[in-house]
Amino acid sequence: MSSKTKGERAVKPKIAVFKFASCDGCQLSLLDAEDELLPVIGAVEIAYFPEASRTMLKGPYDIGLVEGSITTHHDAERIQEVRRHCKTLITIGACATAGGIQALRNWKDVDEFIRVVYATPQFVSTLKLSTPVAEHVPVDFELRGCPINKRQLIELVSATLIGRKPNIPLYSTCIECKRKGNVCVAVARGLACLGPVTQAGCGAVCPSFDRGCYGCYGPMESANTNSLTTQLRALGQADSQIARAFRGFNAWSWQFRKASEECDHK
Amino acid sequence: MNTRTRTIRVDTLARVEGEGALDIKLIGERVADVKLKIYEPPRFFEAFLRGRHYSEVPDITARICGICPVAYQMSAVHAIERAFGIKIDPAVRLLRRLFYCGEWVESHALHVYMLHAPDFLGYQDVIGMAHDHRELVEKALRLKKIGNHIMTVLGGREIHPVSACVGGFYKTPTKAQLSELAEDLHWALEASIDTARWTAGFDFPDFEQDYEFVALRHPGEYALNEGRLVSNRGLDIDVAEYEDHFVEQHVKYSNALHSVIRGRGSYLVGPLARFNLNFDQLHPVAKQVALEIGLHPPVKNPFRSIAVRAIELVFACAEALRIITEYEPPPEPRVQAVPRSAVGQAITEAPRGILYHRYALDEEGMVLTAKIVPPTSQNQKRIEDDLREYAAHLVAWPLEEATWKCEQAIRNYDPCISCATHFLKLRINREAR
Repeated sequence: MSSKTKGERAVKPKIAVFKFASCDGCQLSLLDAEDELLPVIGAVEIAYFPEASRTMLKGPYDIGLVEGSITTHHDAERIQEVRRHCKTLITIGACATAGGIQALRNWKDVDEFIRVVYATPQFVSTLKLSTPVAEHVPVDFELRGCPINKRQLIELVSATLIGRKPNIPLYSTCIECKRKGNVCVAVARGLACLGPVTQAGCGAVCPSFDRGCYGCYGPMESANTNSLTTQLRALGQADSQIARAFRGFNAWSWQFRKASEECDHK
Repeated sequence: MNTRTRTIRVDTLARVEGEGALDIKLIGERVADVKLKIYEPPRFFEAFLRGRHYSEVPDITARICGICPVAYQMSAVHAIERAFGIKIDPAVRLLRRLFYCGEWVESHALHVYMLHAPDFLGYQDVIGMAHDHRELVEKALRLKKIGNHIMTVLGGREIHPVSACVGGFYKTPTKAQLSELAEDLHWALEASIDTARWTAGFDFPDFEQDYEFVALRHPGEYALNEGRLVSNRGLDIDVAEYEDHFVEQHVKYSNALHSVIRGRGSYLVGPLARFNLNFDQLHPVAKQVALEIGLHPPVKNPFRSIAVRAIELVFACAEALRIITEYEPPPEPRVQAVPRSAVGQAITEAPRGILYHRYALDEEGMVLTAKIVPPTSQNQKRIEDDLREYAAHLVAWPLEEATWKCEQAIRNYDPCISCATHFLKLRINREAR
């Protein structure tokens, strides 16, 4: 820029934030970390973060945070370039780690859909599938959640910069729920709850609000979805309901995908 | 005659939510072409919603926008409640208003301080601004946090909260939980008043347009969740008539459709429209501060929207304080919904302007069709119209500065591109039928 830029910054680790198909909520989590934001921007250089800044510096970047799923040919190429520019690439949120809610298109015939919808289908560059970033390039860490937990994000970025393992628990939402002292909504009230197969991180927010977990942090490590399906049937849930429950914000994760397809008899 | 061609081009618009680009072609003194390009990929929400249960709709539509999820939840629940003929408890109505106030505070504080103010002060971003004005940015962050905290108390988290549902909430707060917000809100009210006074000192370009302002109007309050849809040019309709009066036009270069009023063209939604149409209903403090800083309707300079947004911050804090004082928990957190085969529409006032939802549901409460028109796709044509007029003032400017000014003119609308692109399917489908 020819115009003078006030507030110039010193050389620090460079962080970049990239957006693909998404709602912006996960990158907003960075700006929502109100208590940590000023210390964070004191410790790193925000080199590329269009939602927050007109300054867009070229790579390489020390850490690239990627939000959103891959849904177009252009984005499938762009993620390759992003990977080349990032020493450490971290995906943030359910779109980038599991294809997001827009992966529900993966069970529909997108080709036919495009022919019906668009006057000039050749201009429409939409892929058949909405896919997670890791299906396209190697990913160094996948941070779960729809949306991500901003404290986990700060922990992950800090750990990465220091070079230690981040403290991000892989156990289920049930553990968080027990720690909070919640009465189990599935056992005590017979509500359908995905907590037993969902990774912790949200703070068991749904059971804390008297409703079943809807799985927005995706499958936990070694999730036993078969057992949960059996339990949901015992609670009187129809298979169509169970299929829909797994077909949410992490529908394309292989565990939830398999579980939903086993209950989808259409 | 000067026929030199120059192009103002921004490949990646910064400090907006989502992905867009700008192309303005200047030939001599003339603005030959303006294109606000939305290249964010569509996500086809209306397609996913078909065949889903009504109870899932507020959670799914929230994911259209991480900045205004409450707006999507509110339009969704009100549209479905209208379809099912549900009357909500007055305490739930108050809580929803409070929930919305939280989102307005969060979203307006984000935009005023972190996305828009850097333009007026000559910074690339809030990071540079924090370097020179740390206490200002600390104030902004605390204000934003208080808005987020309201959403967290009512909905469990600030982004994609989990408590709003058809008929009410999954769980409602106790009176004590809301009373605890009072101290913060008193601080936020004062901080918002300071914000309004601060923005009033900015240098606003001399630029006024003759807009058609469109907003909800309620007989007794500054409208958030209900009212008739009105304009300064005689529009006064029930929200169910929305599609009779508004139509989307397809433009080739954008993944979002342009919304226009039939027979009249572009219109403006959001803070400026609400302020101009509903000024009389602002909280007395907000009204008083507005007049003190020289804002009185009609405000026709879009660059002053930052000051109007600050006045709405004052309003939202004052209104939140009123609500937490009045609140008594409802007997039940929600009214039980009984599905029926019906169509329901709703419009609510998202931070960026009116958000229209329509759902056709079957007797089991499954979604047959959905239509959603977000505020940014309604403002998009108006943004281009502004740029066409405004760029003509800039033809003699150095390109870099003219480009920045045009970006600032776009940010007057706090555009949310993530919202605007996700609706292509249904609209084109409808036109094809």
